[in-house]
Amino acid sequence: MTTAVDKRRRLMPRWRDYGRPRELVVRYLLLVFVLFITVGPLLWQLLSSLKGAGEDVFGAGASLIPHHPSLRAYREVFDQVPVWTYIRNSVFVAVLSIASQLVFSTMAGYMLSKPGWKGRKLVWIVLLASMMFPFESIMVSLFLSIRDMGLVDNLVGVWLPGFVAAINVLIMRAAFLAVPREIEDAAMLDGAGEWKRFRYLYLPSAYGAILVVTINTFISAWDDFLWPLIVLRTEDHFTLTLGLARLQTSSFGYDQRMVMAGSVISVIPVLVLFVITQRWFYRGVSSGAVKL
Amino acid sequence: MDDPRDHRGDRVRVFPFLNTVVVSFTDAKPLGGAYDVVGLDNYRRMLGDPDFWLATRNSLLYALIVVPLMVLLPLLLAILVEKNLPGIGFFRSAFYTPVLASSVVVGLSWQWLLSDQGLVNTWLQKAHLIREAIPFLSDSWLILLSAMGLTLWKGLGWYMIFYLAALGNVPRELHEAAAVDGAGVVRRFWHVTVPGVRTSMMLVGTLTGIGSLRVFTEIYMLGGSTGGPGGADRTLPFYIRDVGLDPLTGNAGYGAAVSVALFALTLGLTLLAQRLTKEDEA
Repeated sequence: MTTAVDKRRRLMPRWRDYGRPRELVVRYLLLVFVLFITVGPLLWQLLSSLKGAGEDVFGAGASLIPHHPSLRAYREVFDQVPVWTYIRNSVFVAVLSIASQLVFSTMAGYMLSKPGWKGRKLVWIVLLASMMFPFESIMVSLFLSIRDMGLVDNLVGVWLPGFVAAINVLIMRAAFLAVPREIEDAAMLDGAGEWKRFRYLYLPSAYGAILVVTINTFISAWDDFLWPLIVLRTEDHFTLTLGLARLQTSSFGYDQRMVMAGSVISVIPVLVLFVITQRWFYRGVSSGAVKL
Repeated sequence: MDDPRDHRGDRVRVFPFLNTVVVSFTDAKPLGGAYDVVGLDNYRRMLGDPDFWLATRNSLLYALIVVPLMVLLPLLLAILVEKNLPGIGFFRSAFYTPVLASSVVVGLSWQWLLSDQGLVNTWLQKAHLIREAIPFLSDSWLILLSAMGLTLWKGLGWYMIFYLAALGNVPRELHEAAAVDGAGVVRRFWHVTVPGVRTSMMLVGTLTGIGSLRVFTEIYMLGGSTGGPGGADRTLPFYIRDVGLDPLTGNAGYGAAVSVALFALTLGLTLLAQRLTKEDEA
């Protein structure tokens, strides 16, 4: 009998097991305080976007919680602003980026994980060197290239500089290096050629890294602002971030609730991705350490 | 098109940075056309350009203020969420949400919060702490400080996760031994935690230092497309875009020269950080 009770106690720990009560209270108060600071502004944005037509968003009369919650602002933002066009453009750039990043970072990472080919050292050095230049210090030159290719105000021009990133090559290389040699030797004995080994042995064993690269690429493409701002000119080609910033600065005086609704819409895909693949998001953070 | 100085499509630009250096010796226009080689003129102009120095000051000030806070605050946050308490997973994810929203979205959010009629001013007025609204979005100093706050706020969650991994490697026994010796929370932080995550702190310092020199969107969202009143809050990337890429008045050659200066600053900062890290390890 006693063992059963002990077991239950271990499964359902009591508050006392977490520390002294006073320390616990302080901890939770601090946690709620930080929660208020970090989530508050975004939550307020969400709540305001749900406010009805007659409610104040700003000023002394504005309440936090909408009294007459409605989705009117969401309907209006789709009616008055080409949100679908923005979304389509953002998705276009994101999908193109993910495809090219995956193809090139896996292949380049694979080659760099293999010794014994000429020029490997040079490629390695160029790759590392390319990470030293902040994007902002080469954007003038990139713009001139894009212009020479006739890609100004073109979504392909937005995608092109990000078709593969050195950091992703490094992430993939590290993942491939972790595959035990013995397995590859066994596959070779079975007569699997290099492409077969890459496709059926290396790629599946590096799925974690592939997911990290996919998530990182999606977020950076979806959130990018400065480069699209430089390349794109006409509203038909705007990405979502550009469209949102334009809404706010436009002299047209759009209803703030609409702009807030637009922001909420733009965050949803990333939020959903985060909820599904949380673990890999955090792994993406630690892979940032490779950045140097 | 037959003008020999017309350089449309005459080079394959394998290395954008090398090309930046080449362009910086010319007066190329962002939208194309003939250009001249002007030697060091762009660099001479840069050294005598007060707006360039203002942008440099803003960028360096950004690094100077944001880096120490970004090294310290996320570490404190990581310590706060390190212990496995009921609901801690929720708090960790929640603290991470500002990282997920794009800079434009969080910029919009802060813009509304800090406007004259915004939540912050309204609350401060209701609490009778201030009578007039604080001009967060029209005073050039306040815009710069607000932008720094925004950068910090958005980066907290990211570096918190970064530190959480590092904290896991600090041996528990050290904390327990220090506690037995009667060391309080503060002393344990300085003598056990900080030495344990020192390498990570150095790395965060370097990364955020480089990141500070890259700030653009925060200034654009809070200070407007001019970069604050009269461009007073422009950072170096902002200035590069203004002088180098403006379709009408831009001079890509001059923008490239400022780009080279931005790279030199970044490189200098990286080397400095490397040296500090080495001295620290020795």
